[in-house]
Amino acid sequence: MAENRPDPDELLSHVRAEEVRSRRGRLRIFFGANAGVGKTYAMLEAARGRRSAGADVVIGYVEPHGRFDTERLMEGLERLPTLAARYRGVTRQEFDLDAALARRPSIVLVDELAHSNLVGAEPAPRHPKRWQDVEELLAAGIDVWTTINVQHLESLNDVVAQITGARQRETVPDRIFDEADEVELIDLPAEDLLARLRAGKIYLPDDATAATERFFRKGNLLALRELALRRTTDRVQAASRASQRGDSSARGWLARDRILVATGPDPQSEQTIRAGKRLADALDAEWTVVYVETPALRRLTERERDRRVELLRLAESLGAETVTIDGPSAADALLEYAQTRQVTRVIVGAPKRSGWRAWLRPSTATELALRARGFDVVTIAAADRAESGIRAGPVPEREWARQPFRWRRYLAAFAATLACTALAAAMFPYLELTNLVMIYLLGVAASGLWLGRGPSVFSAVLNVAAFDFFFVPPQFTFAVTDVEYLLTFGVMLIIGLVIATLMASVRQQTRVAGARERRTALLYAMSRELAGARGTAQMAAIAIRHVAEVFDCEAAVLLPDPGGRLRPAEDVAAPHVYAGSDLAVAQWVIDHGRRAGLGTDTLPAAVALYLPLGDEQRRLGVIAVLPRNRRRVLLPEQLHLLETFAGQLGIALERARLAEQAEATRLSAQSETLRNTLLASISHDLRTPLAVMAGAASTLQEHGADLDRATSTGLAQSIETKAREMSELISNVLDLMRFESGKPALRLEWETLDDLVAVAQQRAEPRLDGRVIDTQLPAELPAAFVDASLIVQVLTNLLENFIKYTPRGTRARISAVPDGDFLRVTIEDDGPGLPGDASRLFDKFQRGSEEGAIAGVGLGLSICRAILRAHGGDISAGSSPSGGARFEFTLPTKAPAA
Amino acid sequence: MHLILVAEDEPAIRDVLRVLLAAEHFRVVEAESAGRAAIEARSHKPDLMIVDLGLPDRDGVDLIREVRSWSPVPIIVLSARTNEADKIAALDAGADDYVTKPFAARELLARVRAALRRSATGAAPAATITLGRIVVDLARRELHGTPADIHLTPLEYRVLENLARNAGSIVKQARLVREVWGPGQANDTRALRVCIRNLRQKLEPDPKRPKYLVTELGLGYRLRPDP
Repeated sequence: MAENRPDPDELLSHVRAEEVRSRRGRLRIFFGANAGVGKTYAMLEAARGRRSAGADVVIGYVEPHGRFDTERLMEGLERLPTLAARYRGVTRQEFDLDAALARRPSIVLVDELAHSNLVGAEPAPRHPKRWQDVEELLAAGIDVWTTINVQHLESLNDVVAQITGARQRETVPDRIFDEADEVELIDLPAEDLLARLRAGKIYLPDDATAATERFFRKGNLLALRELALRRTTDRVQAASRASQRGDSSARGWLARDRILVATGPDPQSEQTIRAGKRLADALDAEWTVVYVETPALRRLTERERDRRVELLRLAESLGAETVTIDGPSAADALLEYAQTRQVTRVIVGAPKRSGWRAWLRPSTATELALRARGFDVVTIAAADRAESGIRAGPVPEREWARQPFRWRRYLAAFAATLACTALAAAMFPYLELTNLVMIYLLGVAASGLWLGRGPSVFSAVLNVAAFDFFFVPPQFTFAVTDVEYLLTFGVMLIIGLVIATLMASVRQQTRVAGARERRTALLYAMSRELAGARGTAQMAAIAIRHVAEVFDCEAAVLLPDPGGRLRPAEDVAAPHVYAGSDLAVAQWVIDHGRRAGLGTDTLPAAVALYLPLGDEQRRLGVIAVLPRNRRRVLLPEQLHLLETFAGQLGIALERARLAEQAEATRLSAQSETLRNTLLASISHDLRTPLAVMAGAASTLQEHGADLDRATSTGLAQSIETKAREMSELISNVLDLMRFESGKPALRLEWETLDDLVAVAQQRAEPRLDGRVIDTQLPAELPAAFVDASLIVQVLTNLLENFIKYTPRGTRARISAVPDGDFLRVTIEDDGPGLPGDASRLFDKFQRGSEEGAIAGVGLGLSICRAILRAHGGDISAGSSPSGGARFEFTLPTKAPAA
Repeated sequence: MHLILVAEDEPAIRDVLRVLLAAEHFRVVEAESAGRAAIEARSHKPDLMIVDLGLPDRDGVDLIREVRSWSPVPIIVLSARTNEADKIAALDAGADDYVTKPFAARELLARVRAALRRSATGAAPAATITLGRIVVDLARRELHGTPADIHLTPLEYRVLENLARNAGSIVKQARLVREVWGPGQANDTRALRVCIRNLRQKLEPDPKRPKYLVTELGLGYRLRPDP
């Protein structure tokens, strides 16, 4: 049988959990049934033992309660400083998480795991609960020892409340207890405990004497002790089961139970969830809490709908998977879900309706029990409603009651009746009364279709009255002679109601389906846009726009800069999410890879919710969401949708990162090729003039005296010429390097073109050798905003080309015209013109003709282009009217907007 | 015979300079470091210094500043650094001129002679400046020569006067703008460019090839009057 084989996924997750645990710190819990059993004492004693064995044990926080024994045990152990938290004028000593993290002991003692930090205090605690502090310590690889009482376990919370009559506000998720590496039960018989109480050895707050006395009744103590013992046994059994599963020879790979807990807006749901948790623990089963949304639920108040957030959060904190499903009726939706997920047990609240109402509309529990196939239905009896920990709030007001009375619709219903009556009056002479009814029935059906439930009922009643009054004998009275018509009235009323209800339900379904479709479409729209985006900033902007639209919120994306610090990805200001302290939240999120902020367990006081982007290995950033309507973001399914959005963005960012890497690799490969070509080219172009210089110099040295003056001057001249050529080549190479290695800083100034042309022309003049340069610049040219020396270099390079590639006697013309925000400069000559593909001239190492006697690497034009593009202009090459070369480039005449 | 101090760490360049300057009948003192150059400057009181910026012990700009603190000796920078920021730093420290390596011997000698001429005329600038056939009388604020009807606007005259007072030296464009147009306009050189163009139209024999009013690229302008 397939089920008998170990599920590879499960084994894998088991192995992963092991891995995580090996890196995490170990949690040791000293567990007791009650205050006063000696947990803290036992913990300190164990700590002293460990200390004397040489371990680095420190006390993070221990509540001494003024007990002498405890104080004595604490002596000699290092105590971390506590944090003074001020809250409404009162200062309280709290555990200092950061101090512990900074100290990094191997074991830290933190008393009272269920303690709640003062959320509103100054300085603000990072987590609202101490167990969250402990989790962070564990995650940092520090072992933690702590204490807890049975009544503080979340799943036993209501049971304890039933036993003792007092509900604990401070609870710890069972997950923490179940995942603890060691749980040590500190057991003390009830009699001994009472003796200690009488001896004054148990700390009691002064103001709660009466309550405490009630709490410390012997019956209570016995029950709590039993509960604690049982919980410990459960844990031991679970551990042995887990070890069995890890052991491949174990026999039963029995199909595990899968429990479904059905909840709704009713106050009993919370209790049902806890019951589900206990059952799931007992059966070691997976469990899912389902919230069923039916059309009827849409009519609930905002507050009641908000309660769903609380319920599902409770379920998640107890370790359940949560799902919201919808359907026409709760029972249908549950049945379908239970069958597809192969659920073995369904837990529902006990039926609340009784008598004729139960018979008319069976409750979900009854319906499920009747139709269950392949699973058991467990019903949970209702408890006292006041016991609910989630405050139900004031008596809920039905939403429809608050809706404005829809006068128009009732008016329309009235009009429909009038129309029916008029039509019926017209038909009266020709039709039987029974057929006349059909006209009214049509009116009711139409009202039901278009006007909603109330108006259609109204319409049915009116129609019945009108029919009776005008047509049923005796006419013009409401008296009815024939009893048969009562049936007609009844049918009309029922049909009106049925159609209206059906229509309302259909409309609701359509709306739900429409909303879901819209969500899917939005997600798709974002993915598609992200797929087309380039660069992280653009992606962030896209995500922000979509998230803001879908979740009705302000959003921001924070990406780490090269130094690892988070920075907003875009310039659009969303001030709230960037406030200093919130950047710290975002930093925490990216460091820990967990969400934080509003509506989460970590730093819930923040105004925004922060989700990490990317996966464990690569944390790519944080998305911050500042909701305008909390429910639009914090409902679990909305949160999951938001996570999906974040996931999409994460994938896109990862893609961008990979693309950047690939681009960098490509560039480095390209620059490698460039470098090689450059080296080859330079070595040729350097060696040639060097050979001339060395040759000329050695000739002068050897035969200087024998040479006539003209010859030696010629040699010296060629040395100078070649040296100058080399110098130019080297500055070209250096300039190219400067432009290749990133954007050079331009020293932009207002310059007049004639000034620049004059400088370039004077530089070229000594080498013109019979060639002529005409400048034809209009007097009123606008000034250009450029880096003078670079533009002179462009001009010089172009003139050098002119000198190099044209025969003596050629003329060049420099002219310019203003062109919008640019100056269009043209240099053309009547020489032989440009060979080959003019556009390729600007590529590196292109020369018009294959290398010959003319020196120069062909870098000149590509440098020209780089310079002009850096200025926001460009250069092109072509032919002059006379067939010569023509270069045209643009220079900006407007300062760029600052 | 003028005495020239050469502060340069590269022996080959010192050799070339020595030969070149000796051929022009200058006496030469050499220093291979900034520290040495400072000592030689104090002991020999040279008529001109040629300073390399990349000296082994200290930057040449430092040396210039130090020498300038006690002496008005003309200083010409001879450096392989070509970017404007370095040139401006050197000029700001008190250098009179800047020649980049590789240099042409003719150009260096011309600059040396011009600098010596300027210092010979003393601290008081010449009362008249000759630009070809035009003579600028700075004391009377008048222009003479051919054509006789040259007329300068007040702004043009102030620019010319500013350049004339520093004849032969580079005047930075920012300084020109500040002194003529006022401190508020320091970043906009457009008016200055137009003014220079007009001056060239009026004063230069060939405005397309300015001979007297020379552009020092990226730095400013220099008025090069006839000797």
